Amino acid sequence: MIEPVIKVENLTRLFGDFVAVDHVNFDVKPGEIVGYLGPNGSGKTTTIRMLLGLLEPNEGKATVLGYDAFRQSEEVRARAGYMSQKFALYDDLTVWENLEFYGGVYGIHDKSRIKATLELVGLTGHDSTLTRSMSAGWRQRLALAIALVHKPKLLFLDEPTSGVDPTARRAFWDLIYQLASEGVTILVSTHYMDEAEYCERVGVMRDGKLLALDTPGNLKANFIPGDVWEVFAEPLLAGLDALPIIDGVLRVGLAGDHLRTITKRGIKQDDLQNGLASQGVKVSNIMPGEPTLEDVFISLARG
Amino acid sequence: MLNSRIFSIIRKEFVQILRDPRTLILVIVMPIMQLFLLGYAATTDVRNIPMAVWDQSQTPQSRALLDAFRAANYFKISYSVGSTRDYQSLIESGKIRVVLVIPPDYDRRLLEGSAQVLMVLDGSDASIGSTALSTARLVGQSYATKISIERAALTGRPLSAAPPLDVRTQVWYNPDFDSAYFMIPGVIGMILSFITTILTATTIVRERERGTIEQLIVTPIRSWELVLGKLLPYVILAFVETFEIIIIGHMWFKVPVRGSLTLIIITSGLFLMSSLGIGLFASTMANTQQEAMLTVMMFNLPSIFLSGFFFPLEAMPPFLQLVSLAIPLRYYLVVIRALMLKGVGYEAIQSQIVALIIFGVVIMGAAALRFRKRLD
Repeated sequence: MIEPVIKVENLTRLFGDFVAVDHVNFDVKPGEIVGYLGPNGSGKTTTIRMLLGLLEPNEGKATVLGYDAFRQSEEVRARAGYMSQKFALYDDLTVWENLEFYGGVYGIHDKSRIKATLELVGLTGHDSTLTRSMSAGWRQRLALAIALVHKPKLLFLDEPTSGVDPTARRAFWDLIYQLASEGVTILVSTHYMDEAEYCERVGVMRDGKLLALDTPGNLKANFIPGDVWEVFAEPLLAGLDALPIIDGVLRVGLAGDHLRTITKRGIKQDDLQNGLASQGVKVSNIMPGEPTLEDVFISLARG
Repeated sequence: MLNSRIFSIIRKEFVQILRDPRTLILVIVMPIMQLFLLGYAATTDVRNIPMAVWDQSQTPQSRALLDAFRAANYFKISYSVGSTRDYQSLIESGKIRVVLVIPPDYDRRLLEGSAQVLMVLDGSDASIGSTALSTARLVGQSYATKISIERAALTGRPLSAAPPLDVRTQVWYNPDFDSAYFMIPGVIGMILSFITTILTATTIVRERERGTIEQLIVTPIRSWELVLGKLLPYVILAFVETFEIIIIGHMWFKVPVRGSLTLIIITSGLFLMSSLGIGLFASTMANTQQEAMLTVMMFNLPSIFLSGFFFPLEAMPPFLQLVSLAIPLRYYLVVIRALMLKGVGYEAIQSQIVALIIFGVVIMGAAALRFRKRLD
């Protein structure tokens, strides 16, 4: 059996009376990309901070790369990379100076390594740009470079794409895949549902509890209690009121120009069509929809 | 001890200092500004004290006495009055601070060797009053001596005869009463404590404010390496400032440097340990740079007043004297003044040196205990 890179048992952290992380258990295998999905304040950052020994757990234990995350945090830190949601850069230093500084703190004085890291994140040629004047996307890349400069085996990314535009986000994920293909294990927290789809496994976090951890496919298969339908009705808001009355409809929501509904398994297209027609709502189209992690999240959150 | 991780921090810190004009101004220009402000404006020297004269004698002898006062530059004869009521109203309105009354028989009494003149002083400003009093005495004395010498030369009689006016004063170390002598060593102490406490407190809190401290903590750097790397650049700056002030003080204000330069450097280093410790301690209690500044100022302001920088410790109530024992600047001021002005050796200041060492070790230790590589 392969040793897990991260092994978390009953990890718990309180801030006063507030339970930030509540008896969390999970394992991460080598080379995996594991996403940590949840709204702000759900305990994602606190978990990552405990894994790096930045915060002491009140209860439970975490083993990272074979070391006790809290007692042997120096060992963990020397081998893990961390990118915080704040992008911990010195605004008054240039790209090169920032990376050279953090490299130096890791004991790396090899200029070719600095150069290679900048190349990896696509910042070659911007060496002498002052960090203050860079866009969020570029700052994100530099922050990643800082987390990577010592060639860590494990990478913690805490909301790495917050405030970054979609194109830059996509490019960032390409980089993450590239790193994972080179054997780097990655734990990434996010509150973007679409981003969580990119991960091999996703943990759903809410109010300090890890509600589920599985592949996006399994999460959708196991936690969505039925089938998803896309309903194009006229008028839309009348449809929103009419759908829940139909037998077997579990949930209804607006999705842009149409409605999205989840029904019990076995409910047919015609059942919905007829149910709406009987309430005087005109239906132009009904088709099966793709379940998303958002559906999973809502289902899990309702408990 | 200086490993490559510490060196990385030091280099980064210097790049940041050099790139931030505000820090540079604070570090390089502020000491000069304060030096000149305190060397000139906050001077307790008194020159050109406005004076009125009631010359009832109106003789060449009385005019010669007035010339002696004019020549001394301490007094400016602004009014000539003819009655007590005249000068009383001038004093009340603050137009003059001193009145010199020369009696009608001044020339005759001077020949007899028993001349007396009356000085009336406005004592409401104690420092001006006391200076005026002592200066007036000095002027009178030197003038009297001059007359005696002239008369001795004229009559051929020996000089041993008592001068017409006898005032005994002795002034040590600073015969010109130049307050810059007293101020400039003090300015070194003040600048060292202000700038180093403020800069060290803010430089560490700035990392916390920007979130870079979190990134630093997850690197293998150890707490003491981080602290040392952050503090050393400011130790270097503080020494640059010390020499800046000593050089300008010596060249421009002619303040002597009589003691050993090595002792000055060593004792300044000891004092720096306290200042840096206070800055570091404040940084562990603050979350923003403003908070750090305020915390540091809460210590710095009382320490200026209770250290003997402006007001002599001996004149303070016993309770405040007791409080001043906990202020490292107090010891350093004694040391640096004694070293620069009196040229004393180690023996004369060893109790202050011991106090500085104790304070430095205690505050540094307390700060180091509070400063851990954790977030909570």
